[in-house]
Amino acid sequence: MGTLLEVKDLRTEFHTQDGIVHAVNGVSFHVDEGETLGLVGESGCGKSVSMLSVMRLIPMPPGKIASGSVLFQGRDLVKVDDEEIRSVRGNKIAMVFQDPMTSLNPVLTINTQISEALELHLGMTKEQARKRAVELLKMVGIPEAEGRIDDYPHQFSGGMRQRVMIAMALSCSPQLLIADEPTTALDVTIQAQITDIVKRLKRELGMAIIWITHDLGVIAGLADRINVMYAGFVIESASNKELFANPLHPYTLGLLGSIPRLDEAHKAKLTPIEGLPPDLIEMPKGCPFHDRCAYRTDKCANENPALELGAVRHQVACWNWQDVQKLRATIKR
Amino acid sequence: MANPQDTALIEVRGLKKYFPITQGIIFQRKVADVKAVDGLNFAIKKGETLGLVGESGCGKSTTGRAILQLYRPTAGEVIFQGKDLVKLQGEELRKMRRNMQMIFQDPYASLNPRMTVGDIIGEPLEVHNIAKGKEKKERVQELLKIVGLNPYFVNRYPHEFSGGQRQRIGVARALAVQPDFIVCDEPISALDVSIQAQIINLLEELQTKFNLTYLFIAHDLSVVRHISDRIAVMYLGKIVELTDRNALYNNPLHPYTKALLSAVPIPDPVVEEKRERIILVGDVPSPVRPPSGCHFHTRCPLVMDKCKKDDPEFRNAGAEHWVACHAV
Repeated sequence: MGTLLEVKDLRTEFHTQDGIVHAVNGVSFHVDEGETLGLVGESGCGKSVSMLSVMRLIPMPPGKIASGSVLFQGRDLVKVDDEEIRSVRGNKIAMVFQDPMTSLNPVLTINTQISEALELHLGMTKEQARKRAVELLKMVGIPEAEGRIDDYPHQFSGGMRQRVMIAMALSCSPQLLIADEPTTALDVTIQAQITDIVKRLKRELGMAIIWITHDLGVIAGLADRINVMYAGFVIESASNKELFANPLHPYTLGLLGSIPRLDEAHKAKLTPIEGLPPDLIEMPKGCPFHDRCAYRTDKCANENPALELGAVRHQVACWNWQDVQKLRATIKR
Repeated sequence: MANPQDTALIEVRGLKKYFPITQGIIFQRKVADVKAVDGLNFAIKKGETLGLVGESGCGKSTTGRAILQLYRPTAGEVIFQGKDLVKLQGEELRKMRRNMQMIFQDPYASLNPRMTVGDIIGEPLEVHNIAKGKEKKERVQELLKIVGLNPYFVNRYPHEFSGGQRQRIGVARALAVQPDFIVCDEPISALDVSIQAQIINLLEELQTKFNLTYLFIAHDLSVVRHISDRIAVMYLGKIVELTDRNALYNNPLHPYTKALLSAVPIPDPVVEEKRERIILVGDVPSPVRPPSGCHFHTRCPLVMDKCKKDDPEFRNAGAEHWVACHAV
C-alpha cells in the first residue's frame, strides 16, 4: 500500500495575549492508503489541532502553522493557495466533528447541507444531488431516508445527526476521512452503532481513516496503527496490537493503568498519573512528560527525546524506555 | 450474612418524579408529563457503593436529586435514618441534609467563582453551626489536606485550579459536614482519563476512611463496575436490573444490560476482535410518551406480544438478582 498522507515536522502555534501557545511541536507521521490510524491523547495534547492544520482549518490569526509540510498526492497542503485547498477539503479529505449538535446548520434542511458538497465538487445538478443524498442517508442507516431528507437537524437525534455528518463527509468519496472524536458526545449503545457503520463503510469504500479519540477502548476495536500524543508531541507509535501488548512509553503505561476495564474480575487499584499536563505557553525544558514520570532521570529534565525505534515497527520518544521495560518485567515476575 | 453492614441506610419505595410540560404564557396549563423517574424500588446498604448506570435521559441524575430532595418527588418514599425525607419540610429537612451530600458532575459550574476555596468549603460548616472563625479555618485546611490539596490554597479562587483540583474541592465541600451518604453524580465524566483515576482512588480511600455510603451515578459502565459493590441499570425512568457487580457482568439477565455491556469498548485489541456485539436498533424513546408495556420493547431483540401490553414486574430472580423482564 502506498503512502496517502505524509506529515513532516508540523508545528502549529497560537499567538494569544498571554503568550504563544505551542499546540503542535514538530509532529511527523504518515497514513497509508486504506489504513485506520488512531490518534490518542488527552485534551490539549494537540491531536485535534494537528488534524485541523492538515485541513488548513486553523483560525489565522491567532493560529499559525509555523513550519512543516503536509504531503498529499504530491502536493504540500501547507503551501497551496486557498482555492486549491478548498478543492481538497470535503472532496479528497473529509472531516467528521465531535459534536453533532452544533456542526450542522440549524436553518438548512439535511438535503441542502449534503447536496452542497455534491454540487460544488462533483458538479451535480440539484436533482442528481438529491438522489445521491438519499442514497448516502440509506448507506449510513437512516430509516425512511426519502421522507426525512427535507427535515431540519433538530428533528434528528444525536446519533442520527452524527450519521448525517458521516453521510456528508462521505458524499464525495474521499480518500481520507478524519474523524475527530465522532462518538464522544454519544451514548455507548449509539457509539457502538456508529463505530459499526464506520467499520462497514471502510470495508466497502476502502478509504483511509484518521480517528482522533481520548478513549483507548474505542480505538482498540478500530485502528490498525496508533499514535499517542502528549503536549503537542507524538510520543509513541505502533500497530494497535503491539501498542496494547507492549507499551513502551511511561505515559502510555500510565494511561492504560488509569482506566478501569469492564472485564476486570476483581477490584484492582487504579494507578493514576500524578500531576497535570504542562502549560503549553511555558513548555518545560526536556521531555514534556518528565515532571509526571515515575521513571525520570536527570537527562529527561534537560533534553527532549526524539522518536526512535524501540521494537519492530514501534517507535517511542523516551530516554529510558529500555530501563522501563526491564523494571516492568521484574515487577511482573 | 446478617451483619450490620447489611442494614439499609436508604430505602427508596415507589419513587416517581414527573416534570410537567405546560402550554400558554399567562394561563399555563399542563399538557403532559416528562416521566423522568417512574416508580423505583431499591435500598442502599450502609457502607456500600451502589452504582446507577444508564444512558443520557434515563433519569439517573433525577433519581439522585430526588433522593436528596433537591427535587421534591411526585410520589414515593425515601426512608433515611428512620425518617421519610419526602414528608419532611423546612428546618427538619435542612437538619437532615447534614447527613447527605452531593458531588456534582461539572467542576467548572458547581463552584461559585466569586467565593474563595475557604468560603466554599467553610459554608456548610457555618450553615449547620459546626464551626466558626478560627476553628472553621482549621477544619477547612484539614479537609484540603484530606482531599490531597495544599492547605495554603484556602484564599484562592476556583479559576486558579484545574478540573481535577476543582473536583477535589467539590469533594472536600461534601465531606465538610461529615455526612453518612454522598450522591456522586458523574463526578469524573468532565475530567481527562489520567485525572479520572486520581478522583476514583480518592473517593475509594475516603469511603474506607470515613465509612461512607455512595450512590455513584455514571454512564460509563467500566467505571461503575470498578467502584461499585452493586449496580442498578436504568432505562427510561425505570430500573431494569439490580445486582452484585460481578453477577451483572458474568450473568446479565435483562436484554438491555446485555446490549449495554457488549457496547462498552474494552482497551485491548485482542479481546475486542473476539467480542460479539449486540447492536441495538434505533434511539431511546421520548420519556414524554414512553412505549406501552415494557419501556424497552421497541428496541428489544427478544420482544414478545406480552411485552407490548404488560409492564414487567421488578422481581428477585434469585440470589438478590433483581430484574424486570418477561423473557427472563
